[in-house]
Amino acid sequence: MPTTTVNSIRIRQQHLRKLARPELLAPAGSLEKLKFAVHYGADAVYIGGQKYGLRSNADNFSFDEMDEGVRFARKYGAKVFVTTNIYAHEEDLDGIGEYLKTLREIGIDAIISADPAVFHVAQREVPELEVHLSTQQSVLNWKAVQFWKEQGIPRIVLAREVSLDDIILIKRKVDVEIEAFIHGAMCSSYSGRCVLSNHFTDRDSNRGGCSQSCRWKYDLYAPGDGVPDDMLASDVPVFDEDDDPFTMGSRDLAMIGHMPELIEAGIDSFKIEGRMRSIHYVASVVYAYRQAIDAYMESPDTYTLNPEWVEEIHKAANRPLNTGFFLGEPGAGNLIYGPEEKAAPFDFAGQVLGYDPSEGVAVVQQRSYFRVGQEIEFFGPQGVRFRQVISDMRNESGEQVSAARHPLEKLYVKVNGPVQPMDMLRKRSGRANG
Amino acid sequence: MQAFKPELLATAGSMEELERVIRAGANAVEIGDDRWGMRLSGSFAPAEMREALAIARGLGAKVYVNVNNLLDNRQVEELPDYLKQLERLQVDAVIFGDPAVLMVMREHGIRLRLHWGAEMTSTNSATAMYWAARGVQRVIAARELNLEEIHSFKRNISIELQVQVHGATNIYHSRRRLVQSYLDHLGKERTGTGRDRGLYLVEHERPELRLPVFEDMNGTHIMSPDDICLLEVLDELLQEPINSLKVEGLLKTAAYNETVVRSYRQAIDAWCQDPAGYRFNPEWLEAIRELQDPHRELSFGFMFKEQVY
Repeated sequence: MPTTTVNSIRIRQQHLRKLARPELLAPAGSLEKLKFAVHYGADAVYIGGQKYGLRSNADNFSFDEMDEGVRFARKYGAKVFVTTNIYAHEEDLDGIGEYLKTLREIGIDAIISADPAVFHVAQREVPELEVHLSTQQSVLNWKAVQFWKEQGIPRIVLAREVSLDDIILIKRKVDVEIEAFIHGAMCSSYSGRCVLSNHFTDRDSNRGGCSQSCRWKYDLYAPGDGVPDDMLASDVPVFDEDDDPFTMGSRDLAMIGHMPELIEAGIDSFKIEGRMRSIHYVASVVYAYRQAIDAYMESPDTYTLNPEWVEEIHKAANRPLNTGFFLGEPGAGNLIYGPEEKAAPFDFAGQVLGYDPSEGVAVVQQRSYFRVGQEIEFFGPQGVRFRQVISDMRNESGEQVSAARHPLEKLYVKVNGPVQPMDMLRKRSGRANG
Repeated sequence: MQAFKPELLATAGSMEELERVIRAGANAVEIGDDRWGMRLSGSFAPAEMREALAIARGLGAKVYVNVNNLLDNRQVEELPDYLKQLERLQVDAVIFGDPAVLMVMREHGIRLRLHWGAEMTSTNSATAMYWAARGVQRVIAARELNLEEIHSFKRNISIELQVQVHGATNIYHSRRRLVQSYLDHLGKERTGTGRDRGLYLVEHERPELRLPVFEDMNGTHIMSPDDICLLEVLDELLQEPINSLKVEGLLKTAAYNETVVRSYRQAIDAWCQDPAGYRFNPEWLEAIRELQDPHRELSFGFMFKEQVY
């Protein structure tokens, strides 16, 4: 967007952001992902517990893990939110109060919730636990935002169907914190308004059972020449044999190229989707947006989009990207026809545990196979970013090894530059031989 | 002794259909304007609404107006005028999902009876009572609930409960124009994609299921591959005093809907007459089956299902 437009937004929206600085909010699908998200620059993370959340899987945080996560985040001054964003059925109503009290005792800063059955309990019984209204409520307009603010909710996560202009208007009309998704997978339906999984697989999408049926393949037909309920009419496919099937699958959102407008619009929290995504994805994406936000806040008038940040996004992306509803009505170019996922171009190869400057050796924990002779990229949140070919690698017994074969094994790798704990090693995917 | 009597509610997409379903036995009809209501079978402009109300009143039926769209910033500017019109017309209730409706009513001192329906997301009694405290007098249950859940729901609220007993349900709603986008992607002409076109989707692994799909000003709507039909189990449903039973007429002819209403009317009357001695009459269902699209099964929906998550 031209600078004049960013400036005009800035003039109109001055002082409308409620937080002193925009918050970068990252997904943490596990305790380890939480640590990487925070270390790579997230101001806050959101996690799922074992109840009331929309991602039903084994990695959801136990109370002990939440406790460890909160203590880790505190060291960085980061906040932790817990998603309690299901639409509850009768059987889910008991025990909500208990659960929320425990979250508060652990030190969770807020819950992200859609169903009044859940968040009203928080408001009544655990008032120090902030309530953020989930995108599952599909809030599109400023009057609805105003309504929820009056119900005592300090932050609203907007529907992904709002445009930048909509957000600008909402911030002007209502004095409340606004959170918006800026990166990651998108439902193509209004959030909460899809029960394809329920019908196809008896899995309740609004309680965590989403089967991503929107990404399956469908064929589109029109009725034949007979009357619609004449079973002998031959129905006409609206496609030719070699055509791509119909799909509802959306491209992934990526607003890295538009941070000035979004910041000036007054958005309080920038949310990255991805609790199911890899550590590599979380670290790379958080890093990219952290750099962009900091660069803009530091010096808005000289801000330029650094191609490295865009490169980081692409290294972790396994779907094509788009800007969703922010800048105009999405069309065919915002959907994914043809084969769905491709592997991300880069994979997580290892994590740095330590560094010995006198030897120039990094202690690395293997996360996937890599070998001597292979080109590896070292990458970290404090500016480490270099590639090298692995030339010398030893195991814990001091023996030279030709490859890092065993998950989580510790290796001593000669490095061409200094590295720090929690820096990452990346390799090109699908090319195990470099 | 007259047992509790549930209301029989049917949608109407035209003046003709409105009259036919009321004469067939509907106690109330649901109508609306495409700008404000989602997935209507037909749109009533304000002048037509006045006429519809006159006809319905003349026949002793109530009229509920569907304002359950998800509203954007442009629409909320025009909402006060529309709600004031409905208030002047003295419609019997307004169905809403977007809380902007409550805000506008309060700001402008508009008084209307409110029915809260948020499609798949009106799932429990605690939430219903949250909305009751904010002025709502009826909750429309999500269709993905089973019998126990519906009964528990009813037992735990002090307001009215409405359950859909017949017809298609919406299973996916997007703001995007997915059919148009697909036609664009294929390089084909953007032929009609509206509710009268009869378009449907077939999922690759489930060739026996046809999912009606259509677009309108509110986006893309995908409907269930089967029709709910609780006719045979009405007596089980009515073990709790469900206040309103709704027949969804979208994508069906007026003749079909009239037949359905007639059958449910007979069943409800028979049950109310003598709940203990109630006997289901297969002819009621036969009348519907004769007109049922052979590609659409009649099912109990989620009434007897256990979902996992």
